[in-house]
Amino acid sequence: MEKIYDTIIIGGGPGGLSAAIYAARSKMKTLVIEQKRKTGGQAATTFEMENYPGFPSASGPEIMGKFREHCDKFGVEFTRGKVEKIEEAGDGFLKKVITKDAEYTTKTVIVGTGAEPRVLGIRGENTFRGRGVSYCATCDADFYEGLDIVVVGNGNTAVEESMYLSKFVNKITMIVIHDEGTMDADKAAQEQAMQNPKIEYIWNSTVTEIGGDEMVDHVMIKNIKTNEVTKFACDGVFMFVGTVPRTSFLEGYVDLNPQKYIKVNERMETNVPGIFACGDVTDKMLRQVVTAASDGSIAAVVAEKYIEEEENWNKNVRSSDKPVLVAFWSPINADSLNTITQLEKLHATNSTTKLVKIDAYKNHRIASRYGVSDIPTILKIENDKVINVVTNANMNDLNKII
Amino acid sequence: MIELTKESFQSEVLDCTDKAVFVDFWSDGCEVCVELMPDVHKLEAKFSDKIKFASLNIKGARRLAISQKVMGLPAMIIYSKGEILGRISPDEIDENIDNVESFIESIYKNL
Repeated sequence: MEKIYDTIIIGGGPGGLSAAIYAARSKMKTLVIEQKRKTGGQAATTFEMENYPGFPSASGPEIMGKFREHCDKFGVEFTRGKVEKIEEAGDGFLKKVITKDAEYTTKTVIVGTGAEPRVLGIRGENTFRGRGVSYCATCDADFYEGLDIVVVGNGNTAVEESMYLSKFVNKITMIVIHDEGTMDADKAAQEQAMQNPKIEYIWNSTVTEIGGDEMVDHVMIKNIKTNEVTKFACDGVFMFVGTVPRTSFLEGYVDLNPQKYIKVNERMETNVPGIFACGDVTDKMLRQVVTAASDGSIAAVVAEKYIEEEENWNKNVRSSDKPVLVAFWSPINADSLNTITQLEKLHATNSTTKLVKIDAYKNHRIASRYGVSDIPTILKIENDKVINVVTNANMNDLNKII
Repeated sequence: MIELTKESFQSEVLDCTDKAVFVDFWSDGCEVCVELMPDVHKLEAKFSDKIKFASLNIKGARRLAISQKVMGLPAMIIYSKGEILGRISPDEIDENIDNVESFIESIYKNL
């Protein structure tokens, strides 16, 4: 028989691995599909990581190694591959996750594909890639020992990577688009950078062109206040100007924001039932290992509830041969408790229908799918269609619907 | 796959006349390089009749790498009789071994 996963997690970064830990620990059959041989995502190539709580002096690769160890402890399955497509399996519940070489069936999908460094698109950026233009400090720092480099960008990544690069290079010049003293990086990172004797700044400026003969030997820097353009000599340029999400395989299926990040609610649900997202790939305010981990845990717990709700609904309502009375109640609503008690009594004397009780508080998704906002509400469903709705019922109404 | 040093680069690569030479520039700090390495080893079997496979850890051979216009990893170059036949840069490799294979293929078929 075909293997059906409870959840397939796409991407083995901190968000995906956290989701995997939570899912596998609650006995969900869990598969992580990672494109690379090594899990850990962007964090696995970020050496300086000072803000993951509880790990004051560990590096990115070390912490990500621990995440993986934690997954292995709970029996998470891993496979390598690049997901090309997710599609509905056709029964209204299961989904297919398709990679170049394989196809998997699953009840839920958690997308944690993350983001990759943004290419600015300025002249020379592409020409000199690998010959003086770099997006990865840990990859290329060795080349720049004793040399002078320019860093473009001023967010946390730019500052953290500059701190790392300062151990190798002779001098770093950060090109900052904002007024003097203003950076996008957090205050603690800024202060460290300001105290670093190897880092200098050019404010109110952008890099408009990267030039050289066969290797980079200069950049053109434009002051955005005066529009003055100056040639600045350097041996290399590191670009840290934000990231773009890896979501092209979801376009037209899952709702994305204008920057192509996945739109999720606070439960990490996308607009497609059964598809969740976590970490840097989502539309969010703070992209950090700790927030990705948080997203992942929420996605896994909500995915588990989703499966429980859907399977319960399929079993008791959709595949029922009799009309079903679905009573939405809530343990904290006294009226609904009364109604349920009366309904159960009436129902006991009449068995042409089946009675299914749904806790609207716990089964929030099914309640909202049927537009149930008032508790108690009773739906009569026949052949998967609502044929009657009663809200705040009295005895008469209850008798009628039965 | 031959592990090159800055001393052996001249004789093993530039002076090699019987075959073309593929050089994989890498370093321990380059996760992508380490990631691709086992798959690069697999490609050797496919192309080894016409291409000799070698790798150069740029740690300790930085100047040599820079002299070959390599200043970002991963980078791969195919040489023949001391001349560069082709190179593939980090963005062209794009962390994907398939891109490396088609790069080698494109040169291999003309050898």
